[in-house]
Amino acid sequence: MTDKIDTVVEKSVKPDARPRASIRPSASFVKAVSAVVWKDLQAEFRSRELFSAMLVFSLLIILIFNFALELDVRTRQSVTAGVLWATFAFAGTLGLNRSMAIEKDRGCLDGLLLAPVDRSAIYFGKVISNLAFMLIVELIVLPVYSVLYNVNLFQPGLLLVILLGSIGYVGVGTLLSAMSVQTRTRDILLPILLFPVVIPVLLAAVKASSGFLTGSDLADVMLPINLLIAYDIIFIALAFMVFDSVVEE
Amino acid sequence: MESKPLTLKVLDIVAILVLVVATYMALNAPTERVMGEVQKVFYFHIGTAWTALLGFILAAVFSVVYLATKDLKWDRLQVASIEVSLVFFLITIVLGSIWARPAWNTWWTWDPRLTTAAVTELIYVAYFMLRQGIDDPDRRARFGAVYALVGGLSAPITFFAIRLFRTIHPVVIGGSNAEAEGGFSMTADMRTAFFFALFAFTIIFIDLFWNRIRLGNLQEKVEQLKLKVTM
Repeated sequence: MTDKIDTVVEKSVKPDARPRASIRPSASFVKAVSAVVWKDLQAEFRSRELFSAMLVFSLLIILIFNFALELDVRTRQSVTAGVLWATFAFAGTLGLNRSMAIEKDRGCLDGLLLAPVDRSAIYFGKVISNLAFMLIVELIVLPVYSVLYNVNLFQPGLLLVILLGSIGYVGVGTLLSAMSVQTRTRDILLPILLFPVVIPVLLAAVKASSGFLTGSDLADVMLPINLLIAYDIIFIALAFMVFDSVVEE
Repeated sequence: MESKPLTLKVLDIVAILVLVVATYMALNAPTERVMGEVQKVFYFHIGTAWTALLGFILAAVFSVVYLATKDLKWDRLQVASIEVSLVFFLITIVLGSIWARPAWNTWWTWDPRLTTAAVTELIYVAYFMLRQGIDDPDRRARFGAVYALVGGLSAPITFFAIRLFRTIHPVVIGGSNAEAEGGFSMTADMRTAFFFALFAFTIIFIDLFWNRIRLGNLQEKVEQLKLKVTM
């Protein structure tokens, strides 16, 4: 009888000596990233609050631009790229703000921080999900703009620029929104922090976009695209390095 | 640290003296032939510009050191550096604008240097707005460091981007040489005034920087004393 009790006690007290199946660090990183992305997409799919807000806001901005600028047929050509990117920039802050605010308010961020994963996995996960939202909104805005202003926006070059520009915007924006959501001034602060820093993206994106829309030489257009790629790499690398210090308690 | 160190007191006086002498030299330097009296603005314009940019670069360095060591001293250094540089850079921009009106017939132009200057100034204003919204000193220091890094990195990229992409479209009626800064040759007297002004503003910058650091340290001390009293 005492033997049995001893065995039970022993088993409960002795640490589990069975080695865990070794998980390569990179695999768990990818798992963490996809978990974060999946969570965000699932949540958004159910409520659609971010997505509808960004979309309606974008359409309203285009409407405002219609009254702000005389978009007659001639000026339209030179101004389309700028109007598009201004729209994306403003709607983008909406998405970034809400995305981080949801994390903070519902305590998801704390939960994610407790998970035994590299903090940068959270960063990449958020970047990918924010990027997804922004791209979906952009992909809807493009045909609407095309129809409203009778200009064909579905060119592969333009789509590439929109992708690269959005990556840069969201890369920096996610880092800065992680900071701004922890301050008192929250939503108002993100545009103030983000816009000065993201000017190279807007500059290069508008240059490249109008290059594609007006049919410029490939050589002219490659320069801003290279800048976009360089910016994306530099700032995502920087954010990867400092994200930890932004979310730690 | 209780009372002001003697070196700093001496530096205060030296800074004031040097400012007076620089002003005198600038006002009495030979008048430039083409631009006239307004060219004299350059002595102070470049003096403040170079120290401000140095301050911003230092701030980025302090960011890295702070994030590596987590010693709040580097945060105080960064705040001092950015605060002084912010004011100096504003002086640069205003002086440049004053020069531009008679020279280029416009208060402002969107050429690479000015645009980058405006963007840079806004980045560091945003820096202080970010800090203002945070109460926890440790978090404030961390966020400030990160943003100073991000901003400090993007400013040169902005400059090169604008330079590469903004084609030369005539924006200014009357002023053809947008690269006129430094485009006038200086006589020996002007050169002396110029280099003395650079030296003067470096001294003034160091003096203000040191004073600001001291102010930051005293603020920190006050916070600690407050905590002791309430406990």
